Amino acid sequence: MGWAIALHGGAGVPLSMPPENRLPREAGLRHCLDVGIAALKSHMHALDVVELVVRELENFPHFNAGKGSVLNTLGTVEMEASIMDGKTKKCGAVSGLTTVVNPISLARLVMDKTPHIYLAFHGAEAFAREQGVETADPTHFITPENIERLQQAKEANRVQIDYTQPMPREAKKNAAIANGDSQTGTVGCVAVDSEGNLASATSTGGLVNKMVGRIGDSPIIGAGTYANHLCAVSATGRGEAILRGTVARDVAALMEFKGLSLKEAAAYPVDQAPPGTVGLVAVSSTGEVTMPFNTPGMFRACATEDGYSEISIWDSPIKVSN
Amino acid sequence: MGGWAIAVHGGAGVDPNLPKERQEEGMRLLGRCLDVGISALRSNIPAIDVVELVVRELETDPLFNSGRGSVLTENGTVEMEASIMDGPKRRCGAVSGLTTVKNPISLARLVMDKSPHSYLAFSGAEEFAEKQGVALVDNEYFITENNVAMLKLAKEVNSIVFDYRIPAPGTVGCVVVDKEGRCAAATSTGGLMNKMRGRIGDSPLFGCGTYACELCGVSCTGEGEAINRSTLAREVAAVMEYKGLNLHEAVDFVIRNRLDEGKAGLIAVSKKGEVVSGFNTTGMFRGCATEDGFMEVGIW
Repeated sequence: MGWAIALHGGAGVPLSMPPENRLPREAGLRHCLDVGIAALKSHMHALDVVELVVRELENFPHFNAGKGSVLNTLGTVEMEASIMDGKTKKCGAVSGLTTVVNPISLARLVMDKTPHIYLAFHGAEAFAREQGVETADPTHFITPENIERLQQAKEANRVQIDYTQPMPREAKKNAAIANGDSQTGTVGCVAVDSEGNLASATSTGGLVNKMVGRIGDSPIIGAGTYANHLCAVSATGRGEAILRGTVARDVAALMEFKGLSLKEAAAYPVDQAPPGTVGLVAVSSTGEVTMPFNTPGMFRACATEDGYSEISIWDSPIKVSN
Repeated sequence: MGGWAIAVHGGAGVDPNLPKERQEEGMRLLGRCLDVGISALRSNIPAIDVVELVVRELETDPLFNSGRGSVLTENGTVEMEASIMDGPKRRCGAVSGLTTVKNPISLARLVMDKSPHSYLAFSGAEEFAEKQGVALVDNEYFITENNVAMLKLAKEVNSIVFDYRIPAPGTVGCVVVDKEGRCAAATSTGGLMNKMRGRIGDSPLFGCGTYACELCGVSCTGEGEAINRSTLAREVAAVMEYKGLNLHEAVDFVIRNRLDEGKAGLIAVSKKGEVVSGFNTTGMFRGCATEDGFMEVGIW
């Protein structure tokens, strides 16, 4: 029992990554985990915790959400996010944002301040202005790394899933970006607080070189995000696979209908999905944590009230403390 | 056991005082659409094509809330959305925020078949539509006098309408299992009367308003927010898959236990050729038919 938190910065990390790419992301995970732990220790509600942590992840330019979002085929940013409260099953989602600095907070406002669950594109931007949330010029979100990624994707004439496959010939190209630099996909956070409240939040810029108007799994309740009285789940990877697999919902359904443990329930949809497409983080009402993935790596971190914490990219944790 | 089956719906939550002629109009339309589906099934057309065909009919007729006859946003315009899902590999396609596409369900189909994605919305979806050469019309084409009047009424009582006290037409959908046991589902809508611009409901969301897998095909209608929170369509399949319930039991379980205070309805078929509908609203326009000759259209 007790509180627990898990967060991710995207599944689909290549097998090796040069330090200049890896270290800032590790630092980012560490910082966001610390923010979440401090919040839970001060008895903040799980829903507020996940929003807070995802805001931090969105502000961090090395992850694919908020600032640092990957670019669509026109070279612009279209961000989406969703949040869900396990106790009430209330939810909020947004898509197609271009100027909102923290999409997850707008999703929260959709949940709290409208009779709807999901607002998108011009309607969502108009709502953002009405609510007076922080906005910025669209160029604020664009980073040089992402301009480079888009160019590569166009050269290869493909829509990139959220990571580069490690391929020898690409290693010879622009080493700083192509070689081992992950096309990190999506950020998310799940938490259970000391009262047993569960919540989940996910945010992303989507796929590199995606078509304008493409919506992925992150804003879709049941696919990228889900929380109920049993668990909270945030998924990452290939959006189309997560959508058809209703991944986040399935973890909870397996616990509820088949009596599986959190770990077993979370592993199932990940194993069922095509290799290299899915990862997720999940916590249960009893304070358990699991972070399965079928990609080479997933940026992730977790902590539980008994003092355990972990930051990892590939199979073995980088840092663990008990 | 076995054989094809088809169900259609024209929305859950019907005003018990709806004039008899409107009721009959609705039932006639559903009957006509069933006939279209039945002919297609008899000529061995696959489930995925049948659901698209039938929903196109429902979109084209201005009676229900989809395509022409869609309810209006707070601005008096139409923003349509739809989704389609093919059971065998759970392939799916969805669209939202359409303003000029004559048949949203067909664009959803094209997203599934001709794009690398599953869901396109707003201007991106409209651009895709143009490139695909689908039929495009002015937004006015979709707007009916009835809906203009209803929007006025809704604004007067300052409500977003899911409430039969201000009767608004309903979302449409179709589910089919063909002779090969393949299931498919399709749903299409204009959303909620007086909705905020950019509001997305349940109809385009796989697992919420629409779902199909090896076991079944499901299409939902009613309060979008309630359907989304309960991931209603996926729930039917999940209890079949994980709890071993049959289609009847699954639909019953889900309607009884998953909606809390929400109001919704759904139609579903199973790969065994069963067809079921369930709703906790006052009425749902629906119809169904099975290969053994059974056919029924009803509201209450």
